[in-house]
Amino acid sequence: MNKIEVRGLKKSYIERRTKKRFFSQCRPQEDCKVLDGLTFSIPSGTFACFIGPSGCGKSTMFRIVSGFERPSEGSVLIDGQEVTGPSNRHVCVFQEDGLFPWLTARQNIAMGTEGLKGQQAREEVEEYLELVGLSGFGDHYPHELSGGMRRRAEVARALITNPDILFMDEPFGALDFVTRLQMREEMVNVHQMFDMTILFITHDIDEALQLGDRIIMLSDRPAKVAWDMEIHEPHPRDLSAGDLRQIRKEIYHKMGLHVAL
Amino acid sequence: MVLKKAGLFPIVLAILLLWHLVTAALNVPEFMFPRPLSVAGALWEMLKNGELYRNSVSSLFRVTVGFYLAVVTAIPMGLLIGRQRCLRTILNPLVQFLRPISPLAWIPMALMWFGIGDKPAIFLIFLSSFFPLVVFTTSSVLNIRTTYLRVAENFGLKGFKVYMKVILPAALPEIITALRITLGTAWLVIVAAEMIAVKSGLGYLIIDARNSLRMDMVVAGMVVIGTVGLILDYMVRLLERMPSVEWSRMRR
Repeated sequence: MNKIEVRGLKKSYIERRTKKRFFSQCRPQEDCKVLDGLTFSIPSGTFACFIGPSGCGKSTMFRIVSGFERPSEGSVLIDGQEVTGPSNRHVCVFQEDGLFPWLTARQNIAMGTEGLKGQQAREEVEEYLELVGLSGFGDHYPHELSGGMRRRAEVARALITNPDILFMDEPFGALDFVTRLQMREEMVNVHQMFDMTILFITHDIDEALQLGDRIIMLSDRPAKVAWDMEIHEPHPRDLSAGDLRQIRKEIYHKMGLHVAL
Repeated sequence: MVLKKAGLFPIVLAILLLWHLVTAALNVPEFMFPRPLSVAGALWEMLKNGELYRNSVSSLFRVTVGFYLAVVTAIPMGLLIGRQRCLRTILNPLVQFLRPISPLAWIPMALMWFGIGDKPAIFLIFLSSFFPLVVFTTSSVLNIRTTYLRVAENFGLKGFKVYMKVILPAALPEIITALRITLGTAWLVIVAAEMIAVKSGLGYLIIDARNSLRMDMVVAGMVVIGTVGLILDYMVRLLERMPSVEWSRMRR
């Protein structure tokens, strides 16, 4: 059964009339269409990557699918149930830092252990700190950690809730190149260790190629699914190998990029 | 650099010296602007007979009570107004309207309601801190990053827990800044409040000294007010160094 099903998702924002608009020739109250009938379905356990030109509505889609915003039309079903709001079974890692800066890394991760008893919770937190390579940094506040470490702590905080779905919105976008490569590797491990569906938004085509079992490409705004494909290449993947190179070429082509590879 | 290393002491000394030289050179009469030495004499005199201690304590008592009452009411109220749009629509105009009214304008009402003694002064202090604190707290809640609220929602935090675990800590750095500012105003207002209706406090000390034409005591009172104000400010600033608040300074 499909874990996530998105049907005819539309979203438009009514632009506020500003003074400028009032005097200009523009029709007032013109809808700003962001999503124009997105339809896709993702089977359980898939690592699905979404790519698309910047400003195409990827983040809007992310907020709707994860339950933080309502669509104007269409529906999102998770396990056959309509999504009406966020749930702690489906955890998000946001584009910006989502760690609470007033809590230490350990306290942040412990947020996800509600319902567990003291000792058990503490042990679990240590386990997850170690899993993401942060043992020894548990008592550090986020501002005392590097960008990559903060991301790791955030992933740990999401994983410790043992979610069905992990939503990630350009989680590594702000990191430097090498750290990003490391995080890619770790995400592959995470996906293999935990049985969950991952919906991963990125602007980095290589990242999508390296991680995704499935790549869904969105068109320019208003966004539609421009291309939807599966990748069966085993991990770890060599991006310069024939198949992936071919796919990358095609993506570049579909995005209207004419760069030599 | 050199100045920083030398510290405060030489600067204070230089200012005192300049003060003395100017007043002496221009031959300003003592009752217009007393010299540093006579001020020091007045300070010593009031220190010995306990006036200084007694009046400082009664001023600090009133400020503490009034300010504390404002803190425990204004912060929860600001948090609520910041979160609830309908409360904001209803209460914001009222708060915004009352805020620019100087607490001193309330003196007649305060006297009518509370008579004579500590109560009207405490009430004025409360007013002087309450409205700014509500406004500052509200705006600091509105400034909280949406991501934090989304994370809270995602982890299923609801109601009171959202306030205690996310909204208050996220707003706290700005609230502490607001506390610094309002405590400063409270200390400003207490002096004026004590010039009416009470027979103690630093404001009373100044008025009383003026009535007996002891300008050296007036200036000595001012010096004490300034010093205590600095100490109060320093104490609130210590709050800014708490580890769970430091992040807001680190971000920039």
